[in-house]
Amino acid sequence: MPKAIVDGVEVEFEHGMSVLQVAELAGAEIPRFCYHDRLSVAGNCRMCLVEVEDQRGRAPKPAASCALPCSDGLMVHTRTDKVKKAREGVMEFLLLNHPLDCPICDQGGECDLQDQAQAFGRDGSRFAENKRAVEEKYMGPLIKTIMTRCIQCTRCVRFATEVAGTEDIGLLNRGEHAEISTIERAVQSEMSGNLVDICPVGALTSKPYAFTARPWELRKTSSIDAMDAVGANIRIDARGRSVLRVLPRLHEDVNEEWIADKSRHAIDGLSRQRLDQPYVRSNGRLRPASWDDAFAAIAAKFKETAADRIAAIAGDQCDAESMFALKSLMDAKGVKNLDCRQDGAALATGGNASGWRFNTTIAGLEEADAILLIGSNPRWEAPLINARIRKRFLTGELQVFGVGAPHDLSYQTDWVGAGPHTLSEILAGKVAAAKALKAASKPVIIVGQGALTREDGAAVLNLAGQIAEKFGVIQDDFNGFNVLHTAAARVAGLDMGFLPGEGGRDMAGILAGAQAGEIDMVYLLGADEFDTEALRETFVVYQGHHGDAGASVADVILPGSAYTEKNGLFVNTEGRVQTTRLATFAPGDAREDWTILRALSGALGQPLVFDDLEGLRQSLIQAVPHIGGIDQIAPVEWALPGAAGDLSDAPFEAAVGNYYMTCPISRTSQTMAECTEVYLAGSLDQAREAAE
Amino acid sequence: MSVLFRSIRSLLLLELVRGMALTLWTMFTGRRVTVNYPYEKGVLSPRFRGEHALRRYPTGEERCIACKLCEAICPAQAITIEAEPREDGSRRTTRYDIDMTKCIYCGYCQEACPVDAIVQGPNYEFSTETRAELYYNKDKLLDNGDRWEHLIAANIAQDAAYR
Repeated sequence: MPKAIVDGVEVEFEHGMSVLQVAELAGAEIPRFCYHDRLSVAGNCRMCLVEVEDQRGRAPKPAASCALPCSDGLMVHTRTDKVKKAREGVMEFLLLNHPLDCPICDQGGECDLQDQAQAFGRDGSRFAENKRAVEEKYMGPLIKTIMTRCIQCTRCVRFATEVAGTEDIGLLNRGEHAEISTIERAVQSEMSGNLVDICPVGALTSKPYAFTARPWELRKTSSIDAMDAVGANIRIDARGRSVLRVLPRLHEDVNEEWIADKSRHAIDGLSRQRLDQPYVRSNGRLRPASWDDAFAAIAAKFKETAADRIAAIAGDQCDAESMFALKSLMDAKGVKNLDCRQDGAALATGGNASGWRFNTTIAGLEEADAILLIGSNPRWEAPLINARIRKRFLTGELQVFGVGAPHDLSYQTDWVGAGPHTLSEILAGKVAAAKALKAASKPVIIVGQGALTREDGAAVLNLAGQIAEKFGVIQDDFNGFNVLHTAAARVAGLDMGFLPGEGGRDMAGILAGAQAGEIDMVYLLGADEFDTEALRETFVVYQGHHGDAGASVADVILPGSAYTEKNGLFVNTEGRVQTTRLATFAPGDAREDWTILRALSGALGQPLVFDDLEGLRQSLIQAVPHIGGIDQIAPVEWALPGAAGDLSDAPFEAAVGNYYMTCPISRTSQTMAECTEVYLAGSLDQAREAAE
Repeated sequence: MSVLFRSIRSLLLLELVRGMALTLWTMFTGRRVTVNYPYEKGVLSPRFRGEHALRRYPTGEERCIACKLCEAICPAQAITIEAEPREDGSRRTTRYDIDMTKCIYCGYCQEACPVDAIVQGPNYEFSTETRAELYYNKDKLLDNGDRWEHLIAANIAQDAAYR
């Protein structure tokens, strides 16, 4: 390996690294604004100047280390007087037109420019002329712009074009007149919130969070996102009892350092329409009640009802512990009508866990050279996975084919068909997509929920599995068969078998049974994503955190906690086990969900075996061993999923109709309502205009 | 020898006699320093740190921009601020509370303030009968500012040369 000497420290590096990266390896600190690990190199801020020296002697001018490839034997000096002077000069120039409005700037306290001016700048400015001012630009409901603060690093431009895949932002003009500009519409991306993070100054700040808090007042909790099934690593910033913002946390294998807009901005829904005390329905109206009354009402009904007339449904944002507690409670009574597939997806119909996982893993997508999307719109179902696919696509070694309704996925996608019929054609090897899959060395199939939440879902899954087997998607050390989930709780539910037991009813069966009067009692654990009107006549217990569809038909409401308010295990679509951490306490009388179930089990006279979270996790791990491996993916052998059956001709429909509103939290969020208005109503307007 | 003189001096209470004599002398000749408070008051330094006030600009616009530096620096954690964008989009507080029972009158808040909004004015006569009256809110502080502005402004002008 080539070697370089940075400030006298010899360091080995990989070919192709820049001087800045090599200096970082050696532990030298180099200030920078425009350079970002995950974006292309622009080299326009000049803050990373260093002196370099090779056999021919010291270079006459300092060099921009981010843009200079390191060569073998190069000597890098980062602490000389010349470098210090160069940095001070650059910093003085950057500050010429930067307003000194730190006191009213939301970036204050976590600003790269503030920090680096302190560490590497001079103490004063010699600029006596007027500073320039730049007009604000419109970037949508999530991003507030104060363009006078911009230092033209172009990180936002590069992020938008490279990662988000939208060319909405650009740099206009030259020199003193240079300014970042947009085409005066909201940034067309589900990842736009990250623009705020990468902006090194306060030019782009979060609009919903504007002026709310300073970074030093916030209590920071490392947690996991539950808005989609990716399980992005997040940091929850809270003050008092309210969650004020969510930021991404680095996890190379899951979210890199990005998160999607819903994860970041739906949090204002956490303080609206919350269930903060138990309710019991009497004389047709829900009335506030004590925990004891609520438990008594449940116990009375539960004890008089036969096991085959009781059902339990787990929702999309439940932690594994509470699902397991509910399952244990139901198992003790002998209830077999359990389901965690609210949308009726044909998962766990034959085969094993490899049939409901994202087997390739998210990071594994970076090896893929052909992807077949089946009934999936990853841009809305999992924006971070979509960003990974785009990242791979940009290397030029990836072809993407889609079956289903065409979407703009931010990379070129060949939509080869609309429904199961096309899959049969691919299996028969008739179409170009089949040839591409065959030719690829690491072909990948991604099955979305849109393809599975249908009558013939099991058959479609089976067909996709057959395609996988036929075209070498399943290899010894590589599994290219993936199911893309939309619900954070789904994989954990499937793994622990929160599914109909022998002779039990599934989701559709429970709803039909309820309407036919064959089911008398339904326990909803945060389940809102189905037509709850079907349960109007049934005795419904709703345990959850928001007054949403489930609570409106409930006869007893038990207030639970949202994903930011409990320590809970989640298994993401890859099968990776991760844990959320309690950032704030649930409002009012609401409790952590497993404690409610534990208390209820006592009231029902069949107490669960555990008394604390540790005990619960022990029993959970006993039942589902791999769930004990935090941040690990348990390996699983391939088995053909689904079941052969008749295929319908209906095209695949999107699983997510409105990206910004998919769960009770995002539905009550004002920010998400605004986004829906801007992004979706706006696109309707455009469609209408185009039609005219 | 010196030991003998010292013993005599202390035995005869000469120091005491000398002190009493000075007192007696001053009673008839000295300058009067006691003031007839509250009808008379002592002189205050322009840097005196008394009761807090939130100032306004001459236009009537409140100065405070909710930067929260005073809240951050307050060693007694007596200040609580909440902020949000005002209707015109500017950064303003929706809540500015000082718990005067916690305050230790160190003056850091006015040192931290970038816009001279929070100041400790010359008023020291704000004792109350109940504790609750010492939990100042934004209205109270702005009212203080309006009430004392002329003196506060004069004090700041006087002290400006030394900053």
